[in-house]
Amino acid sequence: MPDRQSLLLRAKGVTRRFGGLTAVSAVSLDLAEGEIHAVIGTNGAGKSTLINVLAGEIPITDGRVELLSQDVTHWSQPKRARAGLGRSYQRTTIFPRFTVFENCRLAAQATRQVPWNGWTAADACPVSTSLARDALARTGLSGLADRIAGLLSHGEKRQLEIAMCVATRPRVLLLDEPLAGMGPEETERMLGLLADLKAGHAILLVEHDMDAVFRVADRITVMVNGAVIASDTPAVVRADPDVQLAYLGEVHVD
Amino acid sequence: MIAALHTRWLPPLLVVASLAVFPWLGSEFYVGLAGKIMILAIFALSLQLLVGVTGLVSLGHAAFYGVAAYATVLLAPKYEAANMVWLLPAAVAAAVLYALAVGALALRTKGVYFIMVTLAFAQMAYYVFHDTKLGGGSDGIYLNIKPELSFAGWQPIDMGARLPFYYIVLLALVAVFAFLRMLLASRFGRALAGIRGNEQRMRAAGFATFPYKLAAFTLAGGLAGVAGFLAAFREGYVNPEMLSWHQSGAVLLMVILGGMGRLWGAVLGAFAFALLQFFFQSEYVFGEFAKHWQLLLGATIIACVALMPEGLIGLPGQLRAWRARRKPNASHA
Repeated sequence: MPDRQSLLLRAKGVTRRFGGLTAVSAVSLDLAEGEIHAVIGTNGAGKSTLINVLAGEIPITDGRVELLSQDVTHWSQPKRARAGLGRSYQRTTIFPRFTVFENCRLAAQATRQVPWNGWTAADACPVSTSLARDALARTGLSGLADRIAGLLSHGEKRQLEIAMCVATRPRVLLLDEPLAGMGPEETERMLGLLADLKAGHAILLVEHDMDAVFRVADRITVMVNGAVIASDTPAVVRADPDVQLAYLGEVHVD
Repeated sequence: MIAALHTRWLPPLLVVASLAVFPWLGSEFYVGLAGKIMILAIFALSLQLLVGVTGLVSLGHAAFYGVAAYATVLLAPKYEAANMVWLLPAAVAAAVLYALAVGALALRTKGVYFIMVTLAFAQMAYYVFHDTKLGGGSDGIYLNIKPELSFAGWQPIDMGARLPFYYIVLLALVAVFAFLRMLLASRFGRALAGIRGNEQRMRAAGFATFPYKLAAFTLAGGLAGVAGFLAAFREGYVNPEMLSWHQSGAVLLMVILGGMGRLWGAVLGAFAFALLQFFFQSEYVFGEFAKHWQLLLGATIIACVALMPEGLIGLPGQLRAWRARRKPNASHA
C-alpha cells in the first residue's frame, strides 16, 4: 500500500443520484502517484459519471473528494483543474480549428492566465509556449505541432487530448476511455504513453479494452450498477468470483 | 520578409488611404454615407467580438448602441456645447454599465436562451425610451448643440464641421480595429477563441469561463457605445428605433454577411449591408418597387448566406478551393 503522502486523490463514499437513479453509489478509491488505477464495468455502471463528479463537472450528491490533501468536494471544475486535476473525455474534446501547438499552448495558459493583459501577444508568452512544447515532446506529437487539430487522425486526436492535459501540469489524470476507437498500433502507442506518464502522475483510467487494462493497471476497481464490487490488484480481481459473475454471467459450480 | 509585410499591411493601408481621400473625390452626399457606414462598421466590429470571436450570439446588441446614443443626448447640456473629452467616456460608460448588468444575467444561459434573454433586455430598454418621457418617448429627442473637442479651452478642430467629423469617425474605426486586432492576439483573446471552440475543454483546463465571457460582453457593449455616441453626434437626433430588435438584427446580419470570426468580415459586412440597402431603396433604379426594398435586401442576404457560408471575407478562399477541386476533373476530360 502506498504511503499517505503519495495519495494524490482520495474519494470517500462518493455518491451521485439523478432523481431516483443512483448512478454512483458510495464509491471510495485512492489514486497514488506512480500508479494507474483502472475502473472497469459494464455500460451504465457509472464510470463516466464517477469521472465527472471527481473532476467537478457535475455536482456531488454525497461523499467527499480530496485532492493533494485538500477538501475539494465543493470546488468548481476550473478550480480543481488549476489545483492539479486534468481530465480527458470519452468523445474527443479539442479545439478543432487551432493548430496542435495552439491547442496545447491554450491549455497551458490556464496555469497562468493574466486575463487583464490584452496587449502582449499570446505567442510571446514564455510560460505557456514552453509548457506546450514539453507536452508535445512528451506525447510524441512535436512533428505535428503546426497541423490543424481537426484534420488529425482519430488516434492522433486522442493523443493530442492527453497532451493538452499534460500541458496544464496536472498531478492527477482522469482518463475516460483513451483507447476508444483506436487500431492496434495506435493502442500500443497510447499504452506506452500511459506507462510513461505514470511517473509523477496518479492516473485513473476508465477503459473497455480488458486486455489493455490488465496489462497497464496497477490496481483495478470493478463497478456494477454504480457500486464497487471489487478493488484490488489485477491478479486478485481476475480471480474474484463476483467479478466473473458480473462479466461472464452465471458461474457454474459443479 | 518584405513580401510578407506587403501582404499583411498593404490591404488595410489601401482601405484606410482610400477612405481618407474619399472626401476630396466623392460628393457631399456620398461622403456623408461613408461616414455613416464607418460608424456601422464600428458597431459591427463590436458585435464581432461577441459573435464571431467568443461564440456568443446576441440579438440585443443595439441596446448598448442606443443607450450610449441616448446618454450622449441626455448628458449634454441644453444651451451650450458639451466637451467630447468627457461626453464620449460618459456615453461609453453608460453602455458598459448596462452591458455589465445584462451580461451578468444573460450569460447564465446558453445558445438559443441566450439569444432570447439578450433580445428581452434590449426590448426592455427600447420600451423604457419608447413609453416614458425620459427621452422624448417614441418621437425621440434632439441634440441641440453639437459637442466640441476642447482641451482646457484649446480646440484643435471644429467638430461641428462635416469634414473633421468624418476624420474623427475614420480615426475611431482604425483605433477600434487595431485595438481588437491586438486583443485577439493576446492571451485574453485566445481564451475567448477557445471558449468559442470548446468551452467544456476550457473549463477542464482550468479556465473559469464566466468572467471571460462577461468581460467580452461588457467590452463589446462599450465598443457599441462608441458607435452609438458617434451616431447620435452625426444625426443630432436619437429615437427608440436605435435600440430596436431591427437594429440588433441588422448588425447581426452585417457580421454574418461579412464573415464570422474575422475582423475584416465585420467591416466588409457593414459596407455591403448598408450599400445593398441604399441600392434597393433607390427609386432611380427600382422605381415604385423601391418601397419594397426590404424584400430584395432579404432575398439577397439569404442568397449570400446560402452561397457563401463563410461570408464575403471567405469568398477568395472559397473560390480557390472550388478551382482546386475543378482542376483534377478538367485534366480527366
